[in-house]
Amino acid sequence: MPAFACIVVVFGLIKKVPVFDVFISGAKEGVKLLYNIAPTIMGLVFAVDLLQSSGAIDAICALIQPTAEFLGFPKEIVPLVLLRPVSGSGSTALLTALYKTCGPDSFAGRTASVLAGSSETTFYAIAMYFGCIRVKKIRHTLFAAITADLTAAIMSVITVRLWFNM
Amino acid sequence: MLNYIWSGLIAVSVLCALFMGNTADISNALIESGASSIQLILTMAGIICLWSGIMKIAVESGLTNIFAKIFAPLLRPLFPRLDKKSDAFQSITMNISANLLGLGNAATPFGLKAMEQLHTLNDRRDIASNEMVVFVVMNTASLQLLPTTLAALRQSYGSSAPFEIIVPVWISSACALTVALLIACTLNIRQGKI
Repeated sequence: MPAFACIVVVFGLIKKVPVFDVFISGAKEGVKLLYNIAPTIMGLVFAVDLLQSSGAIDAICALIQPTAEFLGFPKEIVPLVLLRPVSGSGSTALLTALYKTCGPDSFAGRTASVLAGSSETTFYAIAMYFGCIRVKKIRHTLFAAITADLTAAIMSVITVRLWFNM
Repeated sequence: MLNYIWSGLIAVSVLCALFMGNTADISNALIESGASSIQLILTMAGIICLWSGIMKIAVESGLTNIFAKIFAPLLRPLFPRLDKKSDAFQSITMNISANLLGLGNAATPFGLKAMEQLHTLNDRRDIASNEMVVFVVMNTASLQLLPTTLAALRQSYGSSAPFEIIVPVWISSACALTVALLIACTLNIRQGKI
């Protein structure tokens, strides 16, 4: 990350751009961006905190886990699949807990790693990107993104099984 | 749509808490979430302002132009209506390059800028344009080439080979991204030009 920033600044100097002045005006636009997304972040953090503390995630997991296990999913990754789209910090916490209990090189540990590496915080990204320009009708964005998340969950199990012969 | 999801999340949480007797936890969360969201916003404030500044240097010096040219052959088919020289196209390429390099924090300000610029090209103010849908969907899939944070985390918990999961990660991400883009593009075409 610092290397990337350095390359940009040095390139700017070579091209004789008044780098500091330009940086200041860019940072000012950043404040405006922040102003636009701050309320969205607040709303999402609120909902996700409620969801986690109420035990709803655990309840839903308990419902899905038998089916997931039957289909060959390690039951430990079910909470991760549910929390990954809404919370980056929450899913990292789950991932570390899973590494601690199962070990990073176990079947569940590897599957969780692949899942975390091949998905993003979907809801968060959608809410933030559309929230900042106040577009409400997002058409099929959510459908496409959720299907991609499901694909990542299924593929993480399949690829780990095939790649590590587990 | 987001209205329903958001209220759904809250309703489910409150109902669950009532049934399972976690009402004390949920009232605590209610109070603490305000503080934790402000904390998150403050962390993001630094990152966003810093990278918006760096981004501006990249734009003024013509660096984004070079990136746009490199990525043009890949991104053209996804954004057929966008001009290669437009601001929006350049922000999109910067966002994608930052994502590929694993600079998630830098990618967000580029992405927000891209959305603003796409919005100026959109004649229907409250409906997402085709380009917006494709762009956001790309950002909800993982594009990172080397999951370094993940590998570091694996290593710190005693993995014998922290990077052994990389090929499965690539295959899984590629599948997820393909599915996402296929759905987004097909539905874009079917719904006509918006």
